[in-house]
Amino acid sequence: MKSLLKAPLRFFGLLVQSILLALSQIWVNKTRSVLTTLGIIIGVGSVTAVIAGMNGMNAMIMENFEFFGTKKIFLWPERPQTGSQKNANWWQIRFQPEQFEGVLDHCPSVEYLTLISYPGSMTAHHGAHSLENVRIAGVEESWFKIENRSISRGRPFSFLDAQQARRVCIIPQKLQEKLYLDRDCIGQTLQFNHYTFQIIGIVEERPRAFFEGQGDRIEVYIPFRTAQSIRESWIDAMASCRSTDLAEEARAELTFFLRKRRNVKLGEPNNFGVFIMESEVMKVRALMAGLGLVAGAVVSISLLVGGIGIMNIMLVSVSERTREIGLRKAVGARASAILLQFLVEAVMLCLIGGLIGIGIGYFLAFLISHSAGFLEKSQVPGWAVVLAFGFSAAVGIFFGMFPAAKAARLNPIEALRHE
Amino acid sequence: MTDNSVLIRLQNIHRTYKVGSDTVHALRGIHLQVRQNEYVAIMGHSGSGKSTLMNVIGCLDRADQGTYEIRGIKTTVMSGAALARIRNEQIGFVFQSYELLPRLNALKNVELPLIYSNVGFLTRRKLAREALERVGLAARMHHRPNQLSGGEKQRVAVARALVAKPSILLADEPTGNLDTQTSAGIMDLFEKLYEQGQTIILVTHEADIACHARRIVRMQDGQILSDVPARQDPAWALIHGPSAEAKETGV
Ligand SMILES: Nc1ncnc2c1ncn2[C@@H]1O[C@H](COP(=O)(O)OP(=O)(O)O)[C@@H](O)[C@H]1O
Ligand SMILES: [Mg+2]
Repeated sequence: MKSLLKAPLRFFGLLVQSILLALSQIWVNKTRSVLTTLGIIIGVGSVTAVIAGMNGMNAMIMENFEFFGTKKIFLWPERPQTGSQKNANWWQIRFQPEQFEGVLDHCPSVEYLTLISYPGSMTAHHGAHSLENVRIAGVEESWFKIENRSISRGRPFSFLDAQQARRVCIIPQKLQEKLYLDRDCIGQTLQFNHYTFQIIGIVEERPRAFFEGQGDRIEVYIPFRTAQSIRESWIDAMASCRSTDLAEEARAELTFFLRKRRNVKLGEPNNFGVFIMESEVMKVRALMAGLGLVAGAVVSISLLVGGIGIMNIMLVSVSERTREIGLRKAVGARASAILLQFLVEAVMLCLIGGLIGIGIGYFLAFLISHSAGFLEKSQVPGWAVVLAFGFSAAVGIFFGMFPAAKAARLNPIEALRHE
Repeated sequence: MTDNSVLIRLQNIHRTYKVGSDTVHALRGIHLQVRQNEYVAIMGHSGSGKSTLMNVIGCLDRADQGTYEIRGIKTTVMSGAALARIRNEQIGFVFQSYELLPRLNALKNVELPLIYSNVGFLTRRKLAREALERVGLAARMHHRPNQLSGGEKQRVAVARALVAKPSILLADEPTGNLDTQTSAGIMDLFEKLYEQGQTIILVTHEADIACHARRIVRMQDGQILSDVPARQDPAWALIHGPSAEAKETGV
């Protein structure tokens, strides 16, 4: 047992000695060591900062997608470029509510679907107050679920509201403020142009994604059939899939379903469009991955240059200390012990450079996160620190190997005769 | 004929150096045997091959031809790592120019061989301290080489050579860089070590230094010219006047 432990113990002892020796060696040549590791410092510093910045950007974009809803699916009628319907007018290809009957039963990956129509913009009146240019949107109850907007006061549309095309509306808080409505205005009435509507609920705002533009325009929600009864207008649809993994599946199901319902013959192109949000998320992910590769390449080059710097200074160190190497061998150091000593020194140099680099990376990440609002989530992730240290050590081993092997191969007598 | 008091045995050792197209025959067929607790001086003119021989004995260099055994073990066929171990455990080498590491203090310089022989930190300290005491330098333990005189440096080097308790102490012109008085101090130290049982091989070209040894080997052109007890060597007569033996035999 004791003899089994001997070899690892011996190695461990030598390792500790080599680390101490390397540290004192680096300490003696402080300036030179720091200058030498500049390449590593810059490489590691920039990789840490770039990772932090990309993380921040990624977090911001993904958060905005989340605001907007990554499970969303948009559907709209569209005249095909080819086929028999290429000269059809919009009336012929419009969505008709019957085409969507039973859609959820036939499309298992689709969780919710709502028809949407916009009968136009109107002026809202309440008592002495009025507000122009309020957009009226006819939606179904599931619209609020897809948009993830909850009714903070009052109630959602009921079955009867929808079936009987009742003149009821759900208004955003903003309209409540603009028209100086009571805090509890549920049950009160509003005028939209000459139409009278009863307020049944107040809907919460949601944070807007940066790509949605400024949402100054106030939107009021009424039952879909009410909107159609005011004016029979253009119909779109919006759906959501059960999970983002099922987005493509849901698109296929909806396409199949609509082609059948809209009597699109085999071989004819679709006369409607389907857009899934998830595909945009994928595009952004791919873009970020591409950016990551470019950044990685740039960083690899600086680490390569840094590594060559390390190799250079280790060669200088070996030739400066040739006599020392000779003496160590003369008193019984094996070639492997000398190899270890110089390898450890190169690795320590790189790790110190890596440490300083990570510090600089943290500082840069701090600057980045305070420089632009959309990068405020820029942080150095833990794995980046591990990666930076790993890379530093690897550079040390790779570029330290040649000088260390050179030292280990030295003949003791020749080394001792060295001037 | 195995005799376990024989420490080293060299048979027909050759060593040549190639310098450009020339070959220098530094050792040409050396036969030498040294027993435990001998004190041998190797003498000869500059270039006669003394250092080359010492390097072979110290396993710092390999012979091109011939066999060299330490305690009956052939070194000629050993791996580099095995030779390193021999240097570490069996041999203590003292160089003319001390070869101390300038940034380490005396104690750490003396510890150096023990670092390569799996000795724990505390034991290492203790052995190094004892070695420095043996050479009379306990008071200079924490001095760096540049804070020590030449004689003190050489004592540190001797302590380093002794710290691993080697079978043989090899010293290649240990007093070459020292003045007469300091040299005498070092030679007294060697005498003391010899009396304590240390086997010593010493290289010198000075007769008075050689006369401290009990046996003198003379070399010339890479060969052994004579190998006699010190009292029978001409150097003895030179330093002490004709010896009793020489008078008797009428030399
Ligand atoms: N590394 C070497 N390369 C070439 N020739 C050498 C080398 N070392 C020693 N010699 C030659 O070998 C011979 C013996 O040298 P050395 O053993 O140093 O003699 P000494 O120590 O007795 O003065 C000399 O002729 C010397 O020039
Ligand atoms: Mg010599």
